[in-house]
Amino acid sequence: MTMMKKLLTSAVASALMVGGAQAEISNNTVKIGYLADMSGTYRDLAGPNGLKALEMAVADVGGTVKGAKIEIVTADDRNSPDVASSTVRRWLENDNVDMVAGLVASSVTIAATKVIEEHNKLALVNGSAASSITNEHCTPNHIHYTYDTYPLSVGTPTAIVKEGGKTWYVLTADYAFGHSLEADVTRMVESNGGEIIGSIRHPFPTPDFSSFILQAQASGADVVALANAGADTTNAITTAAEFGLTQSGQTLAALLLFLSDVHALGVETAQGIQLTTGWYWDMNEDAREWADRFMEETGARPTMVHAGIYSSAVQYLNAIEATGSDDSQVVRKQMMDTPINDMFTKNGRIREDGRMVHDMFLAQVKTPEESSNEWDLYKILRTIPADEAFRPLSDSKCKLVSSN
Amino acid sequence: MSMIFGVPMAVLSGQLLIGIINGAFYALLSLGLAVIFGLLKIINFAHGAMYMLGAMATVIMFDTLGVNYWVALFLAPLLVGIAGVLVEYFLLRRIAGQDHIYSLLLTFGVALIMQGILTNIYGVSGLRYAMPDMFKGGVNLGFMFMPYYRAWVIVAALVVCFGTWFMIEKTKLGAYLRAGTEDSQLMQGFGINVPLLVSLTYGFGVMLAAFAGVLAAPIYSVTPVMGSHILIVVFAVVVIGGMGSIGGAIITGILMGIVEGLTKTFYPPASSAVIFLVMVIVLMIRPNGLFGKEA
Repeated sequence: MTMMKKLLTSAVASALMVGGAQAEISNNTVKIGYLADMSGTYRDLAGPNGLKALEMAVADVGGTVKGAKIEIVTADDRNSPDVASSTVRRWLENDNVDMVAGLVASSVTIAATKVIEEHNKLALVNGSAASSITNEHCTPNHIHYTYDTYPLSVGTPTAIVKEGGKTWYVLTADYAFGHSLEADVTRMVESNGGEIIGSIRHPFPTPDFSSFILQAQASGADVVALANAGADTTNAITTAAEFGLTQSGQTLAALLLFLSDVHALGVETAQGIQLTTGWYWDMNEDAREWADRFMEETGARPTMVHAGIYSSAVQYLNAIEATGSDDSQVVRKQMMDTPINDMFTKNGRIREDGRMVHDMFLAQVKTPEESSNEWDLYKILRTIPADEAFRPLSDSKCKLVSSN
Repeated sequence: MSMIFGVPMAVLSGQLLIGIINGAFYALLSLGLAVIFGLLKIINFAHGAMYMLGAMATVIMFDTLGVNYWVALFLAPLLVGIAGVLVEYFLLRRIAGQDHIYSLLLTFGVALIMQGILTNIYGVSGLRYAMPDMFKGGVNLGFMFMPYYRAWVIVAALVVCFGTWFMIEKTKLGAYLRAGTEDSQLMQGFGINVPLLVSLTYGFGVMLAAFAGVLAAPIYSVTPVMGSHILIVVFAVVVIGGMGSIGGAIITGILMGIVEGLTKTFYPPASSAVIFLVMVIVLMIRPNGLFGKEA
């Protein structure tokens, strides 16, 4: 089936190239569809402010590329793969959308990229976590930019085991994302000489974590790890603080935590938590400068996802400018050939599986004494080099990797 | 250490206590729903939103005016109660006497509007509300660490629940209420202002939800969507207890908290479904609920 599809796609693609579509911009318009959770659990990490970041990217290239105007359309995916597929299908078939940006819940991304592959357009994935997006679910039609579960399991767990946190208890969100994060973490902890002594799969979402925190306390593990996201993570952290988990000598490890989550928790509650991030607004001069402009537009500091949306959109538009084409494969190749050096990362590069590999960071939430304002939240403890952070191509199951 | 089904006794006692605390929230919320349904026959889908408003009001009043926890405990429910009276007067009254489905849809719409507006303003990551100083810390009970605040939640919820039950079932005001909804024309004839009674009852019901919201503010993340998660569970509790049964709602709320707590110990993945499982079984055996009167 996939073989057949591949043949058909390449036949169509070569037919188009013969037709000379390669060196043109279709409809003399570059149309970007922004698909994200605009109202639910994942709204604040991407959502309306992600759209602002995208608009900033369009404005920064001057609103046009090679004389073609740039348009943005937007939709709320409501974290539903069904809504996502039908929206993207409509965009591609009726509205001449060239590229889909945003893409937050992993399930949404996996569904949307299938449709985008059928139509041979392009997706720039920034919000999603699952590393399977560029592994078993890779397509020649998307790029996964900001982060994934692989570096999340490399960063925090390795550091904590080295500091002496040998026995682990994992609280896992009971769906695909949580399971894969739990699996990645288990592998990392064990390969560093630690041990998982227990785990709980909790329903998604869970409003009250007291029961699970109590069980984690009773386990006597050195480390209690949270393999969940969004409100589940912040609820678990608040409850852990209330029940004195860290005072009793246990370490709390949140495996996926966004700046918006830490901001909501506040340093009083979140202080000392270690986390892995792809970007932090205060990490260097370029990042700060962009974050200041973002703050003027939105009134908030950007998360790593906001920065990724901006950076990837600028890369995309520059690639069209350089090639004079909005054909997905031409643009993707140009993007792969161009190292990324901007406010998001230095020497980032896009691999053949669609994974953008770049340095990641192990950060720690500041104490109230260290934090000078409500957005002054992280200390960067360590840079995780790109090659160490992401899944090596030699372990890849992606059909696009030449060795496979 | 003694074990029960492979779980240490100490862990089990802790889980029972946690179950009772969560049950206290369910009891407060389902009590308000039961009052509104039992007396007014309104299926109040805005109940979760009213709970959320109580919590949001507590945080917002603290951030903007510095209103402390104890004042908020009275002021937030009062404000939400007034909002409830307005909803009843301007909206619900117009569909009085229609099929239940109309009140369900109307209140659901009101809830979505409130939730949407607040999401646009405050986002969904949650607002911060510091634990009041006097509740910081806790006591080691031997089998678990009991935060002082959770103990307060049990006491406050039980006092309010009992007070409400007593008022409706045992006082003259409660008798008027029950009579007014049985036969409003007859009561009008006795010179009782029934429409006012109806407005106040709805206002009181949503005050209970807002009170639960204030109790929740220091321990759960306060977001515009917090009510939508808990609403369905609370409806299940009311159905299990018997629609409209005041005492039934209270007892079932606490029971379901315990059932859920135990499920979280023995088989966590089922903990979000167990209440609905109980609901199905109860409906099969006793269609009117555990404490419902025979139809």
